[in-house]
Amino acid sequence: MSLSPEQLQDAYRQMLVIRKFEEAIRNLYQAGKIRGSFHPCVGQEATAVGGCWALRPDDYMTCTYRGHGQAIAKGLSVRAAMAEMLGKAAGCSKGKGGSMHFTDPSVGLLGANAIVAAGIPHAAGAALASRLQKKDTVALAFFGEGAVNQGVFFETLNLAVIWKLPLILVCENNRYSEMTPSHETTSNVETYKRAAALGFEAVQIDGNDIETVSNAVQEAARRARSEGGPTYIEAMTYRLWGHMMGDPEIYRTKEEVAKARENEPILRLGRRLIELGCTESDLARFDGEAEAIIADAVQFAESSPAPEPVHAFEDVFV
Amino acid sequence: MPTVTYAQALNEALREEMRADPRVFLMGEDIGHHGGIFRVTKDLIDEFGADRVRDTPISESGFVGVGIGAALAGMRPVVELLFMDFALVAADQIVNQAAKLRYMAGGTVSVPIVIRAQQGGGRGNGAQHSQSFESWFAQVPGLIVVAPSTPADAKGLLKSSIREGNPVVFIEHKLLYNTKGDVPENEYSIPIGRAEIKRDGRDITIVSYSRTLLFALEAAEKLAQQGIEAEVIDLRTIEPLDMDTILESIKGTGRLLVVHESHSNCGLGAEIIARVGEQAPDRLIQPARRLGAKHVPIPVAEPLENAVLPQTEDIVRAVEAMF
Repeated sequence: MSLSPEQLQDAYRQMLVIRKFEEAIRNLYQAGKIRGSFHPCVGQEATAVGGCWALRPDDYMTCTYRGHGQAIAKGLSVRAAMAEMLGKAAGCSKGKGGSMHFTDPSVGLLGANAIVAAGIPHAAGAALASRLQKKDTVALAFFGEGAVNQGVFFETLNLAVIWKLPLILVCENNRYSEMTPSHETTSNVETYKRAAALGFEAVQIDGNDIETVSNAVQEAARRARSEGGPTYIEAMTYRLWGHMMGDPEIYRTKEEVAKARENEPILRLGRRLIELGCTESDLARFDGEAEAIIADAVQFAESSPAPEPVHAFEDVFV
Repeated sequence: MPTVTYAQALNEALREEMRADPRVFLMGEDIGHHGGIFRVTKDLIDEFGADRVRDTPISESGFVGVGIGAALAGMRPVVELLFMDFALVAADQIVNQAAKLRYMAGGTVSVPIVIRAQQGGGRGNGAQHSQSFESWFAQVPGLIVVAPSTPADAKGLLKSSIREGNPVVFIEHKLLYNTKGDVPENEYSIPIGRAEIKRDGRDITIVSYSRTLLFALEAAEKLAQQGIEAEVIDLRTIEPLDMDTILESIKGTGRLLVVHESHSNCGLGAEIIARVGEQAPDRLIQPARRLGAKHVPIPVAEPLENAVLPQTEDIVRAVEAMF
């Protein structure tokens, strides 16, 4: 079922929130207020929002360190996410996880992961749990095309097929594995062909078009719920910013990035909304609303207390 | 009390916990109709079916990871690795994932998984099938490490491990599976984190666990003939370590020898002796000693393997040198 014009407006708002979340973090990072590393998802908002919209709140999801957008799209509170970025006690992980480990099981977010491909078997395990518990929930794992050369990628795909798990794998192919073009390191960079070879229903789609993403994941979720087995969706997208803060981006030209900006998902969805009857001032209003949500989150996070040192010794077996 | 083998005791623990808790399920290589290479899962598939006694491909990283995901989603997986050596293939999932997910999530998720494997040498399995890794795992915050030596402890500790809400590395020994012992008929469990004095003595404390615990008991019998009465402590749990039992024992004996099959270098003996040095240095009348595998890979030929791994006679000699 395609998204209605109203749903597309909501998707647009959410994509703006994600974009502005990352922009705010860049500013906070440059101001020295964020520790550790930050891997922005700017340009990949359609896969996050389109993918999560096709899921139910009780469906499971795992993602990667480039997963701020996906976590927010699955339902993670923007305030809790921002507080986590600033290392505050009110953060979703109480300041223990940081940028790369957003988790909130109350919205099905089993965790972002800082080891490439390591969250894929966790989604498969949640899918297996659904089956064993006789529930019709499904699990989705987001990962990048840089993950497809890891052993555990192949291991999990094999398990998902032989056990016919209700699993949806969404590979965001953003063309760069960290700071190297993926075609230089990957035998066949059309990763869906690997999944197809292992027995997956596998498709390659335009990952910058939210309707396409949403439709593909909806279809995959329908198959998974009806015991039709796992689906692999390779969503072609583009990482507009570097791998992380401080990436000099010597692997690509400014012209290439400028050209990619013409195809970025928020711009495209804005054009589509205009076609559907929105006005430029509607879009500006949505922009202002997203801005306000992020400003509130930053204010909340900055004014939140830091964790007490004693809390370092909680939430683990000791 | 019925006498059963170590393998049968583990089988009983799995069966009872699977009956009691529908969240418990098993995964591993050849554990279904084959019943596991050491028969620990024998016949369980007949009662619980292939969904809950799940044969896996030879894919340790994948199926340990799937176990972690199932645990995150409310199940209680017990994952069997054919040999502990293969844990290294799944090291990311055990060390970076299972041990840390709860902490990194600020306590909002938990990973109640048991990873079972047999380890150790003594039957010529060679350097990639004979290692002992308890010290490695004990070094990772977030992992509980258990290593029972008797059938009764194996059953009781496996039951506690399955009920524990945190990841447990449950260490068995390939040469303990056929050892026999009395196992209580009634429902019981053994708490994690408690050592047990397996033999009382006044002259020296020998701390050990898993298969070398049996060697320590044999050595104690031989030493008794010379008039040396050794107290033998079975750690049973490696992490968290029950230092209280050790410190109490050396109060009476004044001497301490730690024996384990894993390599001496940076091993548990070093840790225990360091803690004694920190917590009760004046209880010892002799410097403490340790006995573990010598610092080479584990060879196959019997005279070579016996030269590398600690034997009963080595324990006797080590104790004699302390008097």
